[in-house]
Amino acid sequence: MTLHIDIPEENLASILAKAFRNRSFLAGFVIAALVAAIAIVSFFWTPYDVTKLIVADRTQAPSLAHWFGTDHFGRDILSMIMVGARNSIAVALVAVGIGMGVGVPLGAFAAARGGLVDEALMRLNDLVFAFPALLSAIMITAIFGPGAINAIIAIGIFNIPVFARVARAGALAIWPREFILAARAAGKGKTLITIEHVLPNIVTLLLVQGTIQFALGILAEAGLSYVGLGTQPPMPSWGRMLFDAQTRMVVAPWMAIFPGMAIVITVLGLNLLGDGIADILDPRSRRQR
Amino acid sequence: MSLLEIENLSLAIADTPILRDIELSVAPGEVMGLVGESGSGKSMTALTVMQLLPFAARATGRVTFGGIDILSATEDQMCALRGDDIGMVFQEPMTALNPVKTIGEQVAEGIRWHTGANRADAEERARKMLDRVGLPSAQFPLSRYPHELSGGQRQRVVIAIACALKPKLLIADEPTTALDVVLQAQILDLLRDLVAENGMGLLLISHDLAVVTEMADRITIMRHGEIIEAGDTARTLSEQLHPYTRQLAQASMHVPARAKIHEVGQGKPLLQVDSVTRDYLGRRTSLFKRTAPIRAVNEVSFSMAPGQSVALVGRSGCGKSTLARMVLALDEPTSGTIRFRGQDITGKSEADLKSARRDMQVVFQDPYGSFDPRQKVERLVAEPLHVLEKKPTNTERREMVAKALHEVGLSPRDMDKYPHEFSGGQRQRLSIARAIITRPKLVVADEPVSALDVSIRAQILDLFAELNQKLGIAYLFITHDLTVARAITDAVMVMHDGSIVERGKTSEVLDHPQSDAAKALVTAAPDLHRAIARRLREQG
Amino acid sequence: MTAYLLKRLAIAVATLVLASMVVFAVLEIIPGDPARLMLGMNASADQVELLRNQMGLNAPLAWRYLHWAGGLMSLDFGRSYTYSVPVIDLVRERVVVSLPLALIALALSTLIAIPVGLFSAGRHGRASDTVAMGAAQLGVAVPNFWFALMLIYLFAVWLRLVPAGGFPGWGAGVWPALKSLVLPAIALALPQAAILARVTRSALIEVLNEDYIRTARAKGLPYRAVLWRHALRNAMIPVLTILGLQFAFLLAGTIIIENVFYLPGLGRLVFQAITQRDLIVVESVVMLLVAAVIIVNLLVDLSYAVVDPRLRSRP
Repeated sequence: MTLHIDIPEENLASILAKAFRNRSFLAGFVIAALVAAIAIVSFFWTPYDVTKLIVADRTQAPSLAHWFGTDHFGRDILSMIMVGARNSIAVALVAVGIGMGVGVPLGAFAAARGGLVDEALMRLNDLVFAFPALLSAIMITAIFGPGAINAIIAIGIFNIPVFARVARAGALAIWPREFILAARAAGKGKTLITIEHVLPNIVTLLLVQGTIQFALGILAEAGLSYVGLGTQPPMPSWGRMLFDAQTRMVVAPWMAIFPGMAIVITVLGLNLLGDGIADILDPRSRRQR
Repeated sequence: MSLLEIENLSLAIADTPILRDIELSVAPGEVMGLVGESGSGKSMTALTVMQLLPFAARATGRVTFGGIDILSATEDQMCALRGDDIGMVFQEPMTALNPVKTIGEQVAEGIRWHTGANRADAEERARKMLDRVGLPSAQFPLSRYPHELSGGQRQRVVIAIACALKPKLLIADEPTTALDVVLQAQILDLLRDLVAENGMGLLLISHDLAVVTEMADRITIMRHGEIIEAGDTARTLSEQLHPYTRQLAQASMHVPARAKIHEVGQGKPLLQVDSVTRDYLGRRTSLFKRTAPIRAVNEVSFSMAPGQSVALVGRSGCGKSTLARMVLALDEPTSGTIRFRGQDITGKSEADLKSARRDMQVVFQDPYGSFDPRQKVERLVAEPLHVLEKKPTNTERREMVAKALHEVGLSPRDMDKYPHEFSGGQRQRLSIARAIITRPKLVVADEPVSALDVSIRAQILDLFAELNQKLGIAYLFITHDLTVARAITDAVMVMHDGSIVERGKTSEVLDHPQSDAAKALVTAAPDLHRAIARRLREQG
Repeated sequence: MTAYLLKRLAIAVATLVLASMVVFAVLEIIPGDPARLMLGMNASADQVELLRNQMGLNAPLAWRYLHWAGGLMSLDFGRSYTYSVPVIDLVRERVVVSLPLALIALALSTLIAIPVGLFSAGRHGRASDTVAMGAAQLGVAVPNFWFALMLIYLFAVWLRLVPAGGFPGWGAGVWPALKSLVLPAIALALPQAAILARVTRSALIEVLNEDYIRTARAKGLPYRAVLWRHALRNAMIPVLTILGLQFAFLLAGTIIIENVFYLPGLGRLVFQAITQRDLIVVESVVMLLVAAVIIVNLLVDLSYAVVDPRLRSRP
């Protein structure tokens, strides 16, 4: 399969102008900014202290005092969601960082060298791909025990081949271009060409994949915490809150509904953002509109 | 009565006007040539007739085909016309066929759809049609897939699809532009024969005045979505009443003024290529077996003098681009040596090549693909300065870029723009500016004007000639277009199947070719003078 | 054709071998002595040493790997520390829950996604396309285990149509068993279907812009016929790629979803094994799932060759 990259030919100002006319991008951007803002605010202020257990207030339905209700320890669900946002974002962000930091150089290197190096790196990729994030989390947990750090490592490892593939495919589509030949005729080496010409031209591709992996990271962290392999109590996390809610579905459905909505909205926002970026920067999708 | 009648046709796509007041008609059995430079609206005119326009397009006026009003026809009516009464051939044969279906299926599909024939009958008719377009069953069974065919063969399949049901009108949109001259001549012959056999009307769209002149009974010239002139081909082109017609015709035949002709062998040679061979690994047929290696360049030797302009001509796939890359040290010969200014440049590291790279630059074919769209002109044009011993300071660099831009007829102010802000011709000027900034002794130009419109192409050829004169730069021109070779080079080498089969003074080789390969190229090359003369002769 | 198949097969086998080495290495790094774990803290050093010899733990590393890998090939995964039965027996018991669940979910996801993708691509840019893709966008964002909780709340707690969890076993009859797999399968399938529908649509739209689609239209085929006859098959390559990846996600998802519905599948087995530090079970299940992912990806590679004739003439 070959990848076709249309390189957008415009400057920053016109891209920004287009960005704010794109509904998908705008909605995604607003949601993502909102979630980020909530996570930041939670460092300084939450409606209630999430570390205090108030048994008298346990499993209260949503009210003016507790907008989203309380859990079985009397903790305020809204406050826990706010603190959980911070946790989700941190895990997903670091995992994307690991994936990009390792995967992009590997993919770009494989594309530049070609031949056996490329083949070997891609086979290594296949190997990592054979271990879905949950399986590597299970193995890592089996060795080191559960925890947020292990969740980050597991998700991060799974991100590496994803970014390596995207970077490689993108770079392979750039290398046969004539401007690369022109750079080679100007005596530039493969490393310099990769840095000066290849990477700047696949940045948008990586950006779009980055938002997708960020969203997947949030889903994965929630899943791992839900089965007890991720963030550990008492640190609030969206996945863990859902686990606690599961046995209390009949008496306290709000314990499940609101953290779930938080996940859905965050992931939706990030996906819209990614779609928006792809829309804005891919001239072909514009032609179809 | 006309078969196709276009009156007052105007077209807009999302409020951008594309066509204005187009008048055109094609009679049964007539060849109508539609000529214009890129963006003149000729393809859009064809797509309007087929009603295959983009979603947002809005057409007004009248288009009638065999009494059917096409602009108000329903989609069902159009489906009945397309492929049955109107066939269409497109420009790009490499992508025009579905890669996952056999050629038999693709030719038979339209037959079955329109006639309701069963599979066996449809395949039999498809077989006959493929035989007719020159794809005999022994070599080209129905079960072949498109990727197993060459570009010229694929275009034959596309023609078979379009003509399978003997349409009354065939529309051919730049059917030979992606092919080399020899294939072009073959495909044009095929189209001419099919028109004569079936009494089809043919609407032939091309940017190449010579091609249209050879083919068309009547000609329509378009520019910027409007019709400039229309009429009998021979008369229109011999009288050249409209200034644009004259401009087009002159640009097609343009020869830049060049003062002196450089002779081979004066002084020390600039470039010496000694029995260079390049083999590519064969296709792998299993884990351990490969087919025999493919010899792209076979024992080629030649030399070039300083300031000399040499053309390397040949059909596509003859190995000329591979040879050019080896001269530029972008590819390694399997055997043989290449010396540039006395220095052996084969098998050297990038560091050892630095001094050679300074004196050797390149201009590519595609003015759109040869610039990194993310960088500004200043950085792009300055890229070869990378090989200088002493890195210029920022101000020095800007001065050098400004000078180079000035020399190619651009403004120094252009250096802060991005490449997309320039037209195709201007970009090719940028390409040349980049090539001359290090004051090289040799510029290798790989089809530098074949992607340009004729009028732009004449200007770029002038620029090449001027720089050759002024800076004494030697050129190695890779081209399949003999008019380019004739226009700008002193000597010509004809390449065929990896070997140089003929060489000599440009005028001598082109006027009196000796080898079969050279003869084929010369006879196949469309020539406006010759075509007009023949038309006039035929009409008496 | 055979060259392509052989190369893919060789790659799959190599990946499988490497993966088994990784899993084995992990087994080696894990702190704690399996013999000590089996015998408990009160056992004497001699007893432990004896068992270590019996279990072959004192043999050289390479020999132990070969022994272990050889065992895997004859489906001998070793004995569970906690259950004291061969791991293969535990797996056999559980796989009859997990595998049908994953397969039903895969089928469901494909059956929903492909028609929706075709529908949306055929009405590209119209309101119905926007609505369908909006729903898909939402579906992609929903975590399957939360969706499962909501399904339980709606269908089991409120409407009481299906059991909220548990599995009667296939012995209790096919229908009751299937009934208890319905909600888990839906919970797994819908988010995956949303992804697949989006991929199908965009692959189709991409293909519809190709030159050969215009050639087909110029033959007189109506748009729908072009979509079915020419676009769909060409769009299958990206769709198959995603389908292969989804199988891995479905397997992983099965592990989580089984915990939501209290299904006695491989997922439950693995989590119980983790809490009981029954590592041989953990490794065996992980190895089994990894093998499944590799095999499915091999099948996907092979199906490319069926779809695309260009691959058949290439290694």
